[in-house]
Amino acid sequence: MSFKKVLEKFDPSLTKHKIDQVSDEEIEVLLFKEKFSLDDLIPLLSPAAEKNLSKLSIKAKNKTLQHFGRTIKLYAPLYLSSYCRNSCVYCNFNKKNKTARRRLSLKEAQKEAQILFDYGFRHILLVAGEDPDFINREYLAELIKNLKTKFSGVSVEIAPLEAQEYLQLENLGLDGLTIYQETYDHKVYREVHAGGSKSDFWWRLATPERGGQAKLRELGIGFLLGLADWRVEGFYLGMHAAYLMKNFWQSQISISFPRIRNIEASFRPPQRVSDKNLLQLITALRLVFPHVDMTLSTRECPALRDDLIGVGITRMSAGSKTSPGGYANAGQNESKQFSLEDHRSPLEVSQSISSAGFDPVFKDWERLFDREKL
Amino acid sequence: MKDTLKIADREFNSRLFIGTGKFSSPAVMQAAVEAAESEIVTVALRRVDLDNPNDQILEHLDPNKVLILPNTSGARDHTEAVRLAKLAAASGLPKWIKLEVTPEPRFLLPDPVETLKAAEILVKDGFNVMPYINADPILAKRLEEVGCVTVMPLGSPIGSNQGIKTLENIKIILDLVNIPVVVDAGLGKPSDAALAMELGASAVLVNTAIATAGNPTEMAKAFKLAVIAGRCAYLSKIPETKDFAEASSPLSGLLR
Repeated sequence: MSFKKVLEKFDPSLTKHKIDQVSDEEIEVLLFKEKFSLDDLIPLLSPAAEKNLSKLSIKAKNKTLQHFGRTIKLYAPLYLSSYCRNSCVYCNFNKKNKTARRRLSLKEAQKEAQILFDYGFRHILLVAGEDPDFINREYLAELIKNLKTKFSGVSVEIAPLEAQEYLQLENLGLDGLTIYQETYDHKVYREVHAGGSKSDFWWRLATPERGGQAKLRELGIGFLLGLADWRVEGFYLGMHAAYLMKNFWQSQISISFPRIRNIEASFRPPQRVSDKNLLQLITALRLVFPHVDMTLSTRECPALRDDLIGVGITRMSAGSKTSPGGYANAGQNESKQFSLEDHRSPLEVSQSISSAGFDPVFKDWERLFDREKL
Repeated sequence: MKDTLKIADREFNSRLFIGTGKFSSPAVMQAAVEAAESEIVTVALRRVDLDNPNDQILEHLDPNKVLILPNTSGARDHTEAVRLAKLAAASGLPKWIKLEVTPEPRFLLPDPVETLKAAEILVKDGFNVMPYINADPILAKRLEEVGCVTVMPLGSPIGSNQGIKTLENIKIILDLVNIPVVVDAGLGKPSDAALAMELGASAVLVNTAIATAGNPTEMAKAFKLAVIAGRCAYLSKIPETKDFAEASSPLSGLLR
């Protein structure tokens, strides 16, 4: 059974009603719990839980410490192309935006990768706008094959592919995929994704399943915070994670929390998600999924990122640039996918993690491809 | 009496192995290893940078004082585990390997089928293989037969601090096998380690309970003492438990 069938069972308005109806008594029961289950997700995401958020977040912190120790993993995105056929209203790569676009040649992409390698990164995320004329299978295959001679972990955040295509890339060394559903609310999804292949809600929703069929080591999911009610979205995200864990038991599931921060391209996010709301979402998912890696990117400001070290978050990007060629041409006014709030260098982020009593980890897997000495 | 632990052709004074993950820094890890007086320290190949001569983890371990035991943490099948082991050997680490094949990323339980396959290949290739296994006595025998130098059954899921939940099966393993048995994973407090040693385990491996303690150095010391106490008790032949009370000063002597 696909996740589509699971999702169809839940009516968003009914789920919202359930979340809103949670009582203070139900939350008090949670405070004495040590083991949480999917059934606890609704109360944990409820407005009623806000009063006890500090107590719950301490529990989340303890769970993170037990499962991940005092470590934070670091990675960096590598933007390959800003060409896109979609017209997502919140994204600067929207095809309707009249902006300078660029695709990196293989050589340019390798040059960017080398800069990240020299910073110390061993895990990178390849990101690209969705346009198969610019980012196709051959390009990705060649690039991944090359990058795996250096990097321990290479993942992609690109247009969804077929399972067979993921399998081919996996054979060349691809470790994982990240795909944000953006919103689990079908209606809102249609409104913000009017054009391009991305308008197909169900094709996108099944992407992690296709990655799981290809036995990718990691499947990263998330929704864009600010499009629909974050509490309801958090519930669906949890259901999605649980579904993937049961059905693709050999893949590591990870969760990211991309929040719309700056109002750009005349887009005003329909829902406000405060720092406190973000903390509650992370806390709820951490308590229910103690083993899952949770990522917070440079979309968030340094103070908040530092505060959330160890409170559920186990992985961070650092020194990110969100335009193709952004590392080699720092300072140039290329079109960025979105604006960043944390402009610290990778070294500065590492130092902040160390000061918080955590070990910044740049390498957490071993590349098993193209090792001449084997 | 000298009571050393012999594994393959090496002898060790310490029966406490330390894992190096989850510490807040390599320096904290080093201090814990020193406080534990451990002589076998396991290092995840996924975490070390074998191409970097200044790798932070390896730099904080003195190969003259400890055996650096690389582990294949993260390997999902025997092919990946074998490749990781060979990478470690090619980079100059000793040809010892803690074999971990854990295809399920949440509970990290070892895959018995793939572990046995990998062990056979690596033993033939000249490695001293120390497999991490579920507490399955028959699997332990099979691994002994293919030439592993220890077996390392889990007390409970890795990092869970639940103590020895597999007690009865570990007792059977201790009864059945002729190679050292190292209880690995799940030991949450020094008394868990003492229990394993009292049962007759040759050694224990601890990581999470030390690395995530409020004071890792002191906790390492506590585990060291618990392992010594448990071993000492085992060697002293622990009296049997009885169903009824028995006076400490028997009356029979007075009535003679």
